[in-house]
Amino acid sequence: MINPSAKLNKKVLTQKPEMTPIRNGFGSAITQLGEKNKNVVVLSADLTESTRAEDFSKKFPERFFSVGVAEQNLITMASGFGVSGKIPFACSYAVFSPGRNWEQIRTTVAYNNSNVKIAGHHAGLVTGPDGATHQAIEDIATMRAMPNMRIFVPCDAVEAEKMTIAAAKIYGPIYLRFSRNETPVITTKETPLNPDKAEIFYDSSLKKSRKTKKGSVLLVACGHMVYDALLAAKELEEKDIASVVLNMHTIKPLDEKTLIECARRCDGVITAEDHNIIGGLGGAVAEALAKKLPKRMELIGTKDVFGESGETDELKRKYEIDSKAIVKAAEKMIKETKRKTAE
Amino acid sequence: MRELTQEKIAFIKNIANDVREEVIKMLAEAGSGHSAGPLGMADIFAAMYFHILNHDPKDPLWEDRDRLVLSNGHICPVLYATLAFAGYMPLKELKTLRKLNSRLQGHPHRASTPGVETTSGPLGSGLSQSIGIALSAKLDNKKYQTYCLMSDGEHNEGNTWEAIMFAGKMKLNNVTAIIDRNNIQIDGFTENVMPIEPLRDKYEAFNWHVLEIDGHNIYEIIAAATEAKAIYEKPTVIIAHTIPGRGVSFMEKNYLWHGKPPTIQEAKVALDELKKFRTK
Ligand SMILES: Cc1ncc(C[n+]2csc(CCOP(=O)(O)OP(=O)(O)O)c2C)c(N)n1
Ligand SMILES: [Mg+2]
Repeated sequence: MINPSAKLNKKVLTQKPEMTPIRNGFGSAITQLGEKNKNVVVLSADLTESTRAEDFSKKFPERFFSVGVAEQNLITMASGFGVSGKIPFACSYAVFSPGRNWEQIRTTVAYNNSNVKIAGHHAGLVTGPDGATHQAIEDIATMRAMPNMRIFVPCDAVEAEKMTIAAAKIYGPIYLRFSRNETPVITTKETPLNPDKAEIFYDSSLKKSRKTKKGSVLLVACGHMVYDALLAAKELEEKDIASVVLNMHTIKPLDEKTLIECARRCDGVITAEDHNIIGGLGGAVAEALAKKLPKRMELIGTKDVFGESGETDELKRKYEIDSKAIVKAAEKMIKETKRKTAE
Repeated sequence: MRELTQEKIAFIKNIANDVREEVIKMLAEAGSGHSAGPLGMADIFAAMYFHILNHDPKDPLWEDRDRLVLSNGHICPVLYATLAFAGYMPLKELKTLRKLNSRLQGHPHRASTPGVETTSGPLGSGLSQSIGIALSAKLDNKKYQTYCLMSDGEHNEGNTWEAIMFAGKMKLNNVTAIIDRNNIQIDGFTENVMPIEPLRDKYEAFNWHVLEIDGHNIYEIIAAATEAKAIYEKPTVIIAHTIPGRGVSFMEKNYLWHGKPPTIQEAKVALDELKKFRTK
């Protein structure tokens, strides 16, 4: 059942929840930050409206900088602001920033430990019809491999707003990953958010009257895949498979403590992300478990292939990054672990 | 050199108009994509594929073909439509633009579409690739010309200027750059977002030969491409002044049409207007 202390949207598993693009939460957060903190500045690389920096640009024109289509300049300018007492938010699409400007981020932001917040928009396959050139599926991996970098991947617009505000309060480089399309709003203002702590959103064991289960899985998800994980948890419940859903909004530093605690209670672990299965959330979870609690794992994500043009739902189905794929992976895993114990 | 008659010019103009109609239909059908750039570049694309380029639609990988590299990939509907009219694919395939399993990706992909020379969409990397292709021609003693079609907006990118500097250094005469100088980018007019003027002076300072043309005048387009090939000691850039959204009055010169498609209703109005341009 839904973890009551997560205070999720009541409609989340009963009706279709409201849909809002995750990036909208970023937009409202930077405007709020602009009002409260004079040191917040925003830079945009000719994508002001679609990265939701437009409102800030109108309200605080003296603290808004339009650099043109120039992502290397975008990030190195931000680096200068970041070492001068400012809190710069650098806005572009994830394929361009942190894509095109990777080395500039490495040296002038991460190594330099400048207080830069990189807002990477339109991440993942769900960018849709623009096609593979615009679908960042490697950005978590490339940012994760960089010392000093934190990575936030909010699951909906409400969490995006909270995480953007939280990012401004933490000194140091942070990569914020957002997606373009309409996404179910699953959290509420009351949902707790601590960037250092993963939240349990669903836990079958909380239900008192629970039947004997076939087995149990831990579903670790980030971004819009958290909703798919919740849908999968509900479906698995009906199939007599217990589950825990962990919202891993912060990929780095990873909340290993909560991860291990939850994994200990389950037969296997499934990660779900709109990213390549190499080096992203799945990689981070696998590395943590391999050290402390080796577990049977399945990784849901793009399988080391580029995406293509298509509508969001079509792409999620074709590339098997939806709730169906999670359910399938869980069933396979439980079948295999049972066979193993029987042997 | 192919002969350029009044009839041929009229023929190319009509092709450009056919291309515009297809662009409108494809975008309306796709429900997303870019309108202004493709309409503004239709005359240049028609002149390229129907007069300037040495190419063979039946053999898209013919070794000696001239290369057309589209650097500003987001205007690919005009490339796809022109390729279809030239015989690289059936016209009806244009309807699959941006759809799942289509060969016509939202931004051009070399491995997907016959006739597409490079994968693009992320701006500012076409000229460098064109230089690599042109230098390969020199190493292989090939005579083909490499044409790089670029946008004004992508002159914000450092990568573009790195390439301009390099081609100047090498006096690379088998590359011709053609710039869609339409004065718009996403956030507004280029000179407000990031001024690139004086563009001619900048190129000249980087040791390029510069030509400026009306990008809707077929004769000027072809004459400039001919002159560019004749310039021996420098790379040539053709700054083509174009009207974004050309041919559809409610789209013309309006940067808000950079990245959206017409609705079905708007497409009808646009197609009616385009019909009037047809010369018989
Ligand atoms: C590296 C990179 N950064 C950002 C973008 C997003 N983008 C797509 S088109 C565009 C505007 C560029 O202006 P221009 O090419 O002149 O556009 P047009 O004249 O067709 O409107 C931008 C910023 C991109 N495609 N590539
Ligand atoms: Mg332009």
